Amino acid sequence: MNSEVFAPWDDPQAKPLIQFQNVTKRFGAFTAIDNLSLDIYEREFFALLGPSGCGKTTMMRMLAGFETPTEGHILLGGQDIDPIPPNKRAVNMMFQSYALFPHLSIWDNIAFGLRRDNMPKRDLEERVEEMLRLTRLEQFARRKPHQISGGQRQRVALARSLAKAPKLLLLDEPLGALDKKLRQDTQFELMDIQEKTGTTFVIVTHDQEEAMTVASRVAVMDQGKLMQVATPDRIYETPNSVYVADFIGDVNIIEGRATAQGDESYQIDWAEGQPPLTASSATALSNGQRCHLAIRPEKVAISAERPADAINAIQGKVHDIAYLGNLSTYHVELPNGTIIKAQTANTRRISRRSFTWEDPVWLSWTATAAVLLEN
Amino acid sequence: MRRAVLIAIPYVWLLALFLVPFFIVLKISLSDTALAIPPYTPTLDFSEGWTGIKNFFSQLDLENFVWLTEDDLYWKAYLSSVKIALISTILTLIVGYPIAYAMARAPEEWRPTFMMLVILPFWTSFLIRVYAWMGILSNEGYLNQLLLWTGIISTPLTILNTNTAVYIGIVYTYLPFMILPIYSSLERMDGSLIEAAEDLGCSRLQAFWLVTIPLSRPGIIAGCFLVMIPVIGEFVIPSLLGGSGTLMIGKVLWEEFFSNRDWPVASAVAVVLLLILVVPIVLFQRNQQKQTEAEK
Repeated sequence: MNSEVFAPWDDPQAKPLIQFQNVTKRFGAFTAIDNLSLDIYEREFFALLGPSGCGKTTMMRMLAGFETPTEGHILLGGQDIDPIPPNKRAVNMMFQSYALFPHLSIWDNIAFGLRRDNMPKRDLEERVEEMLRLTRLEQFARRKPHQISGGQRQRVALARSLAKAPKLLLLDEPLGALDKKLRQDTQFELMDIQEKTGTTFVIVTHDQEEAMTVASRVAVMDQGKLMQVATPDRIYETPNSVYVADFIGDVNIIEGRATAQGDESYQIDWAEGQPPLTASSATALSNGQRCHLAIRPEKVAISAERPADAINAIQGKVHDIAYLGNLSTYHVELPNGTIIKAQTANTRRISRRSFTWEDPVWLSWTATAAVLLEN
Repeated sequence: MRRAVLIAIPYVWLLALFLVPFFIVLKISLSDTALAIPPYTPTLDFSEGWTGIKNFFSQLDLENFVWLTEDDLYWKAYLSSVKIALISTILTLIVGYPIAYAMARAPEEWRPTFMMLVILPFWTSFLIRVYAWMGILSNEGYLNQLLLWTGIISTPLTILNTNTAVYIGIVYTYLPFMILPIYSSLERMDGSLIEAAEDLGCSRLQAFWLVTIPLSRPGIIAGCFLVMIPVIGEFVIPSLLGGSGTLMIGKVLWEEFFSNRDWPVASAVAVVLLLILVVPIVLFQRNQQKQTEAEK
C-alpha cells in the first residue's frame, strides 16, 4: 500500500527531471535568485510560493529560457539547458496574461505551436481536437479570444501550452485573473488534467491556498532563497521557520526562552508572572536559548473554565470575535497585552455562543500542538 | 434643448467650412470662364428675382468635365499622381516601420524623446524644409559634395528636379504620419505575446512575421492612408523638387488657377480629385472603425 504513494523525493534512487544546481541570477546589483539548489521530479505538481519579488517568476523564466542563470546550471532530464533558446526547449509556459494571439481563432491559437513543428495536417487536426475536448472548448473553436470569457481564455491558454506535449509545463499565476469560485473549480480541473496527461507541472503563485490545494510539493521562497520545500501538510504542520509558519495560514507566535525538561520536552518562559509553557520538539535547543512557539489557531481550545488536564493553559479576555460562518476566530487578549487567536467550529447556533466580548476565557493546547522554532 | 444646440454646433461648423465651400467650387466648375472679376459667369443675381435664378441655372453645364476627358494631360496627371502616391507610400512604410519598431522597443524613459524627435520638424516651416532639401540635392549640393569627397562618384548626380527628388521629399515630409500610427499599435502590443510565440517554437524572425506584423496591421493601414491621401494632391514638393517631367495633379490644378486663370476648369479638376480621394478616405474610416470596435 505504502509503495503506491507518489513521493519520488523520498526515494534516493529516483532521478529528478529538473535540477537547479547552485543557481544565482542577478539583475545588475539586485540578486533575484541566491545560490539555489532544487530537484523537481517527473509527474510532480510543484508549486513555487512566495510574496511578489521573491524570485519565483525568475525561476520560472529561467526554466522557460527567457533568462539564463548568472551562475550555476539548470538541468532538464540530466542535460544542461542553459544554452538552449526557448523555442528549442521541451518546455511550454502558460502566461499570467494568457498571451493568446488576438488575431487568431481559438483553434489556430492551439494549433500555433504544432504548426511550427511542421506536424502533418491530419495529426495536427486530431491533436487540436483532443486538446479542445480535454479543456471542454469544442464549441468555441472558431471564436477569437476577445469573444470568450476569462475562464475560457484560461483554458485556451492551458490547451495551447499542453498541445505540444511538453516534458514540463510552467504555469505563471494561472488562476490570478479568475474570481474565487471559478478559481476553486479550475484548481481541481488543473489537477485532473495534470493527472490525465502525466505532465510535470511547475506552478508559480502567491496564493498559499492555491499552492496547498494543487501541489504535490510546495517550495516557500523569500528574497531569492528557498525557505522550505515539502508536501503541503508538512509545510503547514511542521514549518521550519517563523517565516514559513507565518506565510502559510494563520498562526500565533510566542517568543520566549527554552529550558530542557527531559526527553524532547522543553519549558518556555515567555512572560513575567505567567506560568511557563510546555512544548515538545525534535530539534535540540540549548538552555536559555531564544525561541519561537508557533501555534495554529484551530489547535487552541477556548473555554470558560480552566480545563483540568491541560498542560498549557492561560487566561485572557475576549478582545474581538471574527465570525466566518462555519468558524469563529476569537482574539483573546492576555494580561500582558499579547493577542492570541483561537478558532472553533460553530457547531452551535450563534445565539447560544458561550462567550462574548470582554468575557474572561481560558486558552489551552497540548504539548505537541505547538511547533518550537529557533528562528 | 441644450443637447440639440451641442449637436448642432459641429454640424454648423462642417456646413459652413466644408460643405458650403465645396458647393461654391462645384458651382464654379459648372460655369464658363470670363474676363471679369470673378473670372467666370454666370453669377447669381437676386435683384432679378425668380427669372434671374432660372437664368443662372440654365447657364450651368458639364462642359469643363467633358474637357478633362478630351485633353489627355488631365488623366495622365491623375494617373501619375496616384502612381507617385502609391510608390512613395510603400517607400515611407519601408523607412517608417523599422523606426516605429525601434521606438516601441526602446526603454520606456527614452520613448518621449524619440517621439519628440519625430514631431520636432513640424515646428519649423514646411516650405523652409523643402528648400533645405533643394540645397542638399542640387548638383552643387551637400549630398553631391559628400559623395565626390568620399570618392564614391566622380561626376555629380542629377537628383534635383527629377522624380527621385520628389520621392525623397515626400518620404521625408510624410514620415511622421507613417511612424505615429504604427508606433501606437506596436507600443500597445503585449510583450508576452512574442515570448509566447517563442515558447511555442518560433524563431525571432518567425515571431515577428506571425505575431508582430499581423498585430500592427491596423497601424500600417492607417499610416498608409494618412500618407497616400494627401500625397495624391501634393503641390509644393513636386513643384519645388520635381522637374518638368514630374506630372502631378496638384501642379496642374495650380497652373490652371494662377497661370491660365481658368477657374472653372481648375474647379472641375479639384472636384474630380475629391471624387478620387473619397474611395481611400472611406476605406480609411472603415479601418479606423474596425479598430475601435476590436478594442472594446
